[in-house]
Amino acid sequence: MKVLVTVKEVAQPEDDFEIAGNQIQEKFLEYDLNEWDDYAVEEAVQLKEENDEVDEVVGVTIGPERSEETIRMALAKGVDRAVRVWDDPMEGGENLDAHSKAEVLAAVVEEEDPDLVFTGVQADDSSLGATGVALADLLGWQWAAVVNQFDYDLDSEVANLHRELEGGVEEVTEVEAPAVFTIQTGINEPRYASLRGIRQAQSKEIAVKNLDDVGVDASAVESRVTLQEMYEPESESDTEYIEGGAAEQAAGVAEVLRDKGVAE
Amino acid sequence: MTVLAVAEHRQGELRDVSLEAVTAGRQLADDTGGDLHVAVISGDVDAFAETLAADAVDTVHKVDYGDEFNHDVYTQAVEQLYESVGASKLLIPNTVNGLDYAPAVTGRLDIPLVTDVVDFDANGQLTATREMYGGKVETELDVEGSEFAVTIRPTEWEPAEAGGGADVVDADVEIDESQIGSTVTGFEAAATGDVDLSESEFIVSIGRGIDEEDNLDLIEDLADTLGADLGASRPLVDNEWLPKNRQVGQSGKVVTPDVYIAIGISGAVQHVAGMKGADTIIAINTDPSAPIFDIADIGVVGDLFDVVPELIEEFEG
Repeated sequence: MKVLVTVKEVAQPEDDFEIAGNQIQEKFLEYDLNEWDDYAVEEAVQLKEENDEVDEVVGVTIGPERSEETIRMALAKGVDRAVRVWDDPMEGGENLDAHSKAEVLAAVVEEEDPDLVFTGVQADDSSLGATGVALADLLGWQWAAVVNQFDYDLDSEVANLHRELEGGVEEVTEVEAPAVFTIQTGINEPRYASLRGIRQAQSKEIAVKNLDDVGVDASAVESRVTLQEMYEPESESDTEYIEGGAAEQAAGVAEVLRDKGVAE
Repeated sequence: MTVLAVAEHRQGELRDVSLEAVTAGRQLADDTGGDLHVAVISGDVDAFAETLAADAVDTVHKVDYGDEFNHDVYTQAVEQLYESVGASKLLIPNTVNGLDYAPAVTGRLDIPLVTDVVDFDANGQLTATREMYGGKVETELDVEGSEFAVTIRPTEWEPAEAGGGADVVDADVEIDESQIGSTVTGFEAAATGDVDLSESEFIVSIGRGIDEEDNLDLIEDLADTLGADLGASRPLVDNEWLPKNRQVGQSGKVVTPDVYIAIGISGAVQHVAGMKGADTIIAINTDPSAPIFDIADIGVVGDLFDVVPELIEEFEG
């Protein structure tokens, strides 16, 4: 049995940043493994550790060469090997069309032929929250979005899981494999990469493929959704700022609390 | 240019976002000069349809199949209704369930999808407004073609007035049971514990800015000194540094205290959804551009490890 996990390197802006054109300037960005994907990786790796029948966990990413550093982190945490898809038509900014991304991932899934796919619920940067379910339906597979408890029965090939709904309510659901599960943070405790893991990751394979290799036409990665403008949201509030050093700020807060009558 | 909006319900209750979707759907229909159709699928569709038959709506379509949300039923029903009413725009709530079928149904209809939309302008080509980078920036996206789907963020549109003169009809939809591969077997309440924050009048809430579990003592000390209840943002609960019943936000508790002090909390939309009803919001954060300051009444740009000890001292005398 094989498990596939999608991973994405995401950019996060520093506290202070500047926008040029419709992008945050590169020098203000830091790159890291998407937080949700960290939990998806852990869920996949744990499934393999707990079941002898799971032979392999394969990571898949769409990203430029720079993202290999991040992919190595997933390899260091127990993913066995990775596939990275990238091509010239994908340069020039984030593809914000979830269906277009799903086309590329689906091509890799069809080639790898796993039994289960784990993805993160969403990515820290674009926050589409749609790629995993789009992928599942494109494959003609089942799925569950926002999974925060997961138990897989290898004999019946049914996943018993919880979906985290709003307001502290969880839906208890059974899903038939093959299926895609979008994994919510908090479902497990993602491990830190051990030194041994980091060493081993250096010799694990990252297969680099272009669109031709995975059999996806360039027209499929043409986004129907185009980023036209990016700006810092205007604050709608009339926040009253308490200036000064820490002591003065604390005194200011204390005054508000006394004024509101919640503390004396 | 017909618009199809889909309502949402759970455990017998129509969710608030349904009437917000009516408002947003009316806006979309007005922008594009068309009718607004609303779909209500599963559960007590008769009662739900009565509420949804707002004057802003042309026709409500009832799909009487099953009790609770099932993404296979929704995907099939919405795909068929979109075709049968001749819709060219689809509007779905940006909720956990909305995101469990919107990508599938738009894939089958082969129309582009923009999620978590907070505003749009559909006079001509669609321009949708949504956030990126955890709310640090807003973006305007242009969507190609005249057919598309958006999922709308809850509470961004005013709810439409319930009830009215819209037509209510039984939808002509065939659900193929062999295509249903998931079964909802029940619901569980996630958050239980010693304190119910939804009842609290004064909350000191802590976020990622605390850095390490050991540092929590400082915030517990502050809450004790002030006589406030301790809340937290999601990452701390995910890390199991605090129990689930302390989580404030979309998937945790919705709180309405007199005073809410957000310490080291950036103010992601999921957190804000749970605490924006507080009378007075005080935010302490090192990052002056943190979204929490957009909704704070009182802002302190500073290091919590400097400010909090001083604040404890203020009240310890």
